[in-house]
Amino acid sequence: MLTISRELVDKIVAHARADHPDEACGVVAGPAGSDRPERFVPMENAERSPTFYRFDSMEQFRVWREMDDLDEVPVVIYHSHTATEAYPSRTDISYASEPDAHYVLVSTASEEETPFRSYRIVDGVVTEEEVKIVESYG
Amino acid sequence: MAIEVRIPTILRSYTDGAKAVNAKGSTLEELIGDLESRHPGLKDRLMDDSGLRRFVNVYLNDEDVRFLGGLGTPVADGDTVTVLPAVAGGAR
Repeated sequence: MLTISRELVDKIVAHARADHPDEACGVVAGPAGSDRPERFVPMENAERSPTFYRFDSMEQFRVWREMDDLDEVPVVIYHSHTATEAYPSRTDISYASEPDAHYVLVSTASEEETPFRSYRIVDGVVTEEEVKIVESYG
Repeated sequence: MAIEVRIPTILRSYTDGAKAVNAKGSTLEELIGDLESRHPGLKDRLMDDSGLRRFVNVYLNDEDVRFLGGLGTPVADGDTVTVLPAVAGGAR
């Protein structure tokens, strides 16, 4: 299960809406071992594409080093699908490389609603998980 | 002195869980060959027949080796090489 604050959900959705029709992507960092997403880090989609995303390699390097320095991990890795449902594609599965992360997908295909779903992707196997949205982590 | 190679979580099964290992070589390609001799299987995760795998990022100190000399990039004692799987995907 992914437990995430409403504020972070709103930020992810706003990023996805702002970059539509291109895919938006980013991470939410949190303390190592906590499984608690805390620090919102929107990333540039180096591909600037409606059907593909890739973190810019130098930006990723800086962000990953910063997390290392702060003893954080990428608790959530998110991206948007802009014309299809919020479910991992074969591409998503083949490139998934953080077995401990919650892979969040949002879909901006509809203007009325923005589905927000979370998955584990380990060794090519996708498992959807419950998303619990909380006002704060108390 | 040696060259420190920082290993991402997903590849630590090849390094007995170690976050960083030491290796030697005068170019990145030699370094990867040296890594392979001690951590068999790692090379195949970093390279394919055409060179560095497209969705693996390798950095020498603070630079992506794609902007340096790729596999021919010179490396020296005291350098740090960082491996990060690219974060990528999409609906396509």
